[in-house]
Amino acid sequence: MEKFEKLNGIVVPLDRSNVDTDAIIPKQFLKSVERTGFGPNLFDEWRYLDHGEPGQDNSDRPLNPEFILNHDRYHGAQILLARDNFGCGSSREHAPWALVDYGIKVIIAPSFADIFFNNCFKNGLLPIVMEQAVLDGLFQQTADTDGYRLLVDLEAQTISPPDGEPIAFEVDSFRKHCLLNGLDDISLTLEHVDDIRAYEQRRKQEAPWLF
Amino acid sequence: MSAKTLYDKIWDAHMVRCSEDGTALIYIDRHLVHEVTSPQAFGGLRLAGRVLWRQSANLAVPDHNVPTTHRDQGISDPVSRIQVETLDQNCEEFGIQEFSMLDPRQGIVHIVGPEQGATLPGMTVVCGDSHTSTHGAFGALAFGIGTSEVEHVLATQCLIQRKSKNMRVCVEGVLPMGVTAKDIALAIIGRMGTAGGTGYVIEFAGSVVESLSVEGRMSLCNMTIEAGARAGMVAVDQKTIDYVQGRPFSPTDDQWDQAVLAWADLHSDSGAVFDAEFVLNATDVEPQVTWGTSPEMVVPISGKVPDPDEETDSVKQSAMKKALDYMDLEPGTAVVDIKPDKVFIGSCTNGRIEDLREAAAVVGHSQVAANIKLAMVVPGSGLVKRQAEQEGLDKIFLGAGFEWRDPGCSMCLAMNADRLEPGERCASTSNRNFEGRQGQGGRTHLVSPAMAAAAAIAGHFVDVRNGDDDI
Repeated sequence: MEKFEKLNGIVVPLDRSNVDTDAIIPKQFLKSVERTGFGPNLFDEWRYLDHGEPGQDNSDRPLNPEFILNHDRYHGAQILLARDNFGCGSSREHAPWALVDYGIKVIIAPSFADIFFNNCFKNGLLPIVMEQAVLDGLFQQTADTDGYRLLVDLEAQTISPPDGEPIAFEVDSFRKHCLLNGLDDISLTLEHVDDIRAYEQRRKQEAPWLF
Repeated sequence: MSAKTLYDKIWDAHMVRCSEDGTALIYIDRHLVHEVTSPQAFGGLRLAGRVLWRQSANLAVPDHNVPTTHRDQGISDPVSRIQVETLDQNCEEFGIQEFSMLDPRQGIVHIVGPEQGATLPGMTVVCGDSHTSTHGAFGALAFGIGTSEVEHVLATQCLIQRKSKNMRVCVEGVLPMGVTAKDIALAIIGRMGTAGGTGYVIEFAGSVVESLSVEGRMSLCNMTIEAGARAGMVAVDQKTIDYVQGRPFSPTDDQWDQAVLAWADLHSDSGAVFDAEFVLNATDVEPQVTWGTSPEMVVPISGKVPDPDEETDSVKQSAMKKALDYMDLEPGTAVVDIKPDKVFIGSCTNGRIEDLREAAAVVGHSQVAANIKLAMVVPGSGLVKRQAEQEGLDKIFLGAGFEWRDPGCSMCLAMNADRLEPGERCASTSNRNFEGRQGQGGRTHLVSPAMAAAAAIAGHFVDVRNGDDDI
């Protein structure tokens, strides 16, 4: 997994609640057996005016000019502002894969759906939970300022607006450690092979019907 | 020892190790695998040269992409076909038991698991699918995971987790006639909101939950994820044990006796402390119908489509307006005046035998209304289909003008050929009414199987408790 330390990026505001994983990456793209290539179909049904199918050349599809990601001023955005319950719905990891493939590295929202939140950390994508009032301010500043950027510092756990005080955020210490160092969960767990085997031996005695 | 919740007990019993910061390594007893979220996980194992930790903990079945007609002719969509074939190849290579597409035991993973006894009380059950919460009905800790975690389980039989908080949802009173577990689930989500359960594992309790059949409890736990919770669960009782006994993967002989003894402890201790409590009095709950594009956008059948102008929260108001626009509905419209174009009975929420019986009882000798373009019944598994046919339910549906299909996820998420066309409206027994969920531009109204059947016959939503001149 790619390390995440600091990011200074353009911010794009997606001002709607309950953005679900079907919206983030529609089901027809889940048929892929790969982990990459989902970026052009991120938010496919909102982003394009026609119906998208896997394997299609997306470069000549008609864009929906009203959709926020299609506005010129947000071109190259890496930080997504979102509303409550972002990423609700299915467990598809294709949702964070599509966001990462598009170039999004940080999502800031008042709340995230649980499975999506977990999936983000496995893919070097940092989801930040931010209280509503602070987020409202960021939405406002993004709307008011062309090319609005934020500096996200994971080590310091702060988000810094261009001319404002750094805003602190919370992050689970283990997940922070993994993101900062680009660590792979499986390698970490396999350091505890003896513990897993000891557990299995004990459980075979206690609950043999599980084996 | 202090009083524990059911979740505390299962969590503690599965803890392999725990770091000082509370990050725990949790052992997984059962891993269910399907074709959509597993190929990249198997690919990852192969790439890293890792082996499968424990073959017998895994059970695989293709369900999302499979066709529900003419299955003997294979899958016509080449991309879907490759995904299903990839599952077959991965299971063969890694030695995982699979019920392949033409196996009579094939079906939706969350229906197959319990049906086979592969889901047992007290287990930790995971699957790369959010509706894994279904299995909590057995007093199991069951939750959906992403593909990286699927790979993690394949490689280590464990997951790195932090413990969620405990919530108890008590459903008290008596379930009125014609009101089902699905209506209870929707009523809870309507009140709690789709993020109401975020950060929690919910234990469903109370007189109504105790009175529900195990299948009803599965429908309720299935929808827990739509309330944002990590998992939903119900304490083990005699109904649970009766359901599990004699199934292919269930323990037998001495091990059965030993298991039943152990399962007697699978309930929250009296005095156990929950971080949050929520109470619903079922006596006042009517059959529910969703009107919008989130499961929390739900009203009783006697209700009307709400008016966004009466909502004070601006973000919610904007979401309501977007939903009404997408659903092509006017505020104030009576729910009974909404006319679906299609009716879908099936899914991991409502594709079990009791669901089909409930729908068939409403259909009786009636006919599907002329304005319904398609009414389809998709049994949750091959064994559910066979049971329904033995009971003659297929004849009732076919006689009324429903299509009787082969098992799979089908139009719950429209990954196969079963889908809504843009603008079509559906009465659906599935679990999500998101934009485009049942097909791009499709409009979903979530209901119980009885309500879906009643809408198919009447040609519009109708209170299944009162009947209708059209039924």
